[in-house]
Amino acid sequence: MLKLPVYLDNNATTPMDPRVLETMIPYFTEHFGNAASRNHPFGWEAEEAVDYAREQVAKLIGADPKEIIFTSGATEADNLALKGVFEMYAQKGNHIITATTEHKAVLDTCKHIEKLGGEVTYLQVNKEGLIDLKELEAAMRPTTILVAIMYANNEIGTIQPVKEISTIAKKHGALFFTDGTQAVGKIPVNVQTDGIDLMAFSAHKMYGPKGVGALYVRRKSPRVKVTAQMDGGGHERAMRSGTLNVPGIVGFGKACEICMLDMESDNARISKMRDRLETELMKLEEAYVNGSREHRLPQVTNISFKHVEGEGLLMGFNKNIALSSGSACTSASLEPSYVLKALGLGDDLAHSSLRFGLGRFTTDEQIDYTIEQVSNTVLKLREMSPLWEMYKEGIDLNKIEWAAH
Amino acid sequence: MAYSDKVIDHYQNPKNVGTLDKSSKNVGTGLVGAPECGDVMRLQIQVDEATGMITDAKFKTFGCGSAIASSSLATEWLKGKSVDDALKIDNMDIVEELNLPPVKIHCSVLAEDAIKSAINDYRAKNGMEKIKFEESVVH
Repeated sequence: MLKLPVYLDNNATTPMDPRVLETMIPYFTEHFGNAASRNHPFGWEAEEAVDYAREQVAKLIGADPKEIIFTSGATEADNLALKGVFEMYAQKGNHIITATTEHKAVLDTCKHIEKLGGEVTYLQVNKEGLIDLKELEAAMRPTTILVAIMYANNEIGTIQPVKEISTIAKKHGALFFTDGTQAVGKIPVNVQTDGIDLMAFSAHKMYGPKGVGALYVRRKSPRVKVTAQMDGGGHERAMRSGTLNVPGIVGFGKACEICMLDMESDNARISKMRDRLETELMKLEEAYVNGSREHRLPQVTNISFKHVEGEGLLMGFNKNIALSSGSACTSASLEPSYVLKALGLGDDLAHSSLRFGLGRFTTDEQIDYTIEQVSNTVLKLREMSPLWEMYKEGIDLNKIEWAAH
Repeated sequence: MAYSDKVIDHYQNPKNVGTLDKSSKNVGTGLVGAPECGDVMRLQIQVDEATGMITDAKFKTFGCGSAIASSSLATEWLKGKSVDDALKIDNMDIVEELNLPPVKIHCSVLAEDAIKSAINDYRAKNGMEKIKFEESVVH
């Protein structure tokens, strides 16, 4: 049976798995203790629950539990990694390498670091959304302390060659940090085999609660340290002070455990639906998939429907289907997606894009419905689009002198 | 951001979508906006030369719901008006009628520009001088 509305914005956030919620509830009421209370059973229970969750989280990424620093989410973990390394390794250097398609939590933190005297290189990406390893190698300097490249992109799902990147960073004596927010829990991520020194990730992108995330900080070969960005009680090996969000952490742990168990079967099902959705929508004329189709998360596809504007398109079905667009109009800035522009897409195609983010609870019926609704709306709006009419008449839209705007 | 009922209605049932013969002497065409900006409007008027009345108006718009609604509304207002009265349509009238939020005011500006541009095209075709308009402020 078709369940409406359809939620296809799982890269923004995922619904919480009921199994996760169930695990969390007692930690709001019965077991409400402070994990730092060392002298009574309430504290012990809380600490034990956190320790268990820390193991569950660590296991998902092949880490040691001691290497997990709980935070309020991926944004905080990104900030802690970048600013923390910048401060801690100031004597070694001040240069950081990142990419133009990173999440704002990384890019804006880098901008902040530049104001503090840091030097940042922003690598370009190719039309698939991948960085060039030769460019990375060439950008390495003796003062480079950190390479910060995301595991998978939030808008297009492109997966970076993480192993190769970490090898280059290591060769030049720099640490490798990756924003794993979109990847962890979705695809196999292993900090050992991938050579990751620091990694940010978040519970609510993998069917866990909002308000909790983690920074993985390597303890062995090399032993990595970050300067705390918040002063206080010295929690989390003194790297992140603040009373631990016990129910959130318990939920995060459970979410990781479920992802680990279900990843393979979930992905088999979801990628099949994603591929069907993509194949059907690509039957429309002038439809283009953005980013790499080969190196890509199995849950996402980002498609531009030329000569139709993204927000206008969403309006055709957004009562019943939740999606995101790279169009300017969905943000306050009126600028289209910087990620799509970094791929070399013209502003017109960036304005025409939709991101479909499938998830664990997406059904085949919902995909059928989405295919039908999106196709119909694209056709309807093209009938209404002067650009489509001109395109059909064979007019080269690039040769028209558009009014300055 | 929630759309007003009127915007939704124009989006779902747009009035006067279509194309008039742009080579015809009594048709004025205005094409404004740019694909890079995410909105392009083409607005056309057909004028009865004898009376100076607008007998038909059509539009096609590439843009968000508010841009589509603004142009749809503009064509409704244009039909039956004299060219002189059409010049009096102000973008803020559109904002008010459609309840556009501040971030969408540029859609109404674009519609006003499209009206003026169509009228000037008509004037130029019929040997009249183009009217000079002040630069639009919001874009």
